[in-house]
Amino acid sequence: MTQGMRYRSPRGALLGAAREALATPALVMVASFIGFGSLVRSVGLDLGAGMLSTAATWALPGQVVAVELYATGASLLVIALSVAAANMRLAPMIVSLMPHIRRPGVARWKYLLVAQVIAATSWFYGMRRCPELPEDQRLAYVAGYGATLWSATLLGTAVGYLAAGALPASVSLALVFLNPLYFMLLLLGECRHRRRAVAVGVGAVAGPALYLLTPEWSLPLAGLLGGTAAMMLTGGDGA
Amino acid sequence: MNDVLWAYAAVLTGAVATYVWRFAGVMLAGRLQPGSAWVQWVSLVAYALLAALVARMTVLPVGVLDTTPLWARLLAAGVAAALFLGFGRTLLVPVMGGAAVLGLLARM
Repeated sequence: MTQGMRYRSPRGALLGAAREALATPALVMVASFIGFGSLVRSVGLDLGAGMLSTAATWALPGQVVAVELYATGASLLVIALSVAAANMRLAPMIVSLMPHIRRPGVARWKYLLVAQVIAATSWFYGMRRCPELPEDQRLAYVAGYGATLWSATLLGTAVGYLAAGALPASVSLALVFLNPLYFMLLLLGECRHRRRAVAVGVGAVAGPALYLLTPEWSLPLAGLLGGTAAMMLTGGDGA
Repeated sequence: MNDVLWAYAAVLTGAVATYVWRFAGVMLAGRLQPGSAWVQWVSLVAYALLAALVARMTVLPVGVLDTTPLWARLLAAGVAAALFLGFGRTLLVPVMGGAAVLGLLARM
């Protein structure tokens, strides 16, 4: 882990972030999107549509929903609402990260552009690293980290599409399971912060439990429940 | 509409429905201060959401993971967590180890 690394300039932060991302994070991204690429092929979409989905959506759960709904012949309205529900978590992620990277005098379009490469992994590392970086390096760090992972997911999508069917079932399973395992460990590592530990614990129990009651609303509800419980149960020692 | 156009329309619809949240996030964050109670609460909600998603993918998966028994997924997750806590909190070995456990159990 490269925690505590310092850079000389925003450019150094961008390149440094790219180097940090080109390790386990990029590997896990490639593996996860191999699964997506093979799903794209299995429902009869072409490679271009799969690459467009990854490049323009860049949030795996919603991409899976869009492709599966396309395959069942759902209307565009149903696709829009279902994908929005699956990817809703991006809003709180970006709301919580933006105040760390925003500076006076920087044009808003830059934030709207970097937002495209903020998803779970780049958000997670942005939250971890930005508070310890000089303010003028934070946007560059998140951009470098996100753009590197974004490229990795395009590679994964293409490999998954082209290799679909060639991998034994047990290997496909293992590749698909890398993604939840990876995030489980990232979150486990955050549990040294007391409030985050409460949020993660309550969210992890409430997520599956609420899914049995209301599959569509379980994620936002579990998030609100876990976040609010963490805020109330543990007072004033920072998030 | 022809099939190819329809496929691209479906994919683009998903992309727009996703970017809406990113756009809303940037706009909402416009005036918030990093240390404020609102930002702390929203970030805790985001951690809880991610935890909920990971737990749901492990306990009640959809897709190919659905073909594996729950105990195998929990065992694989337990192995990954034990390796992570036991070996200095590096990520690569625990993630690969846990995934390999599930892959091997699926072959038996």
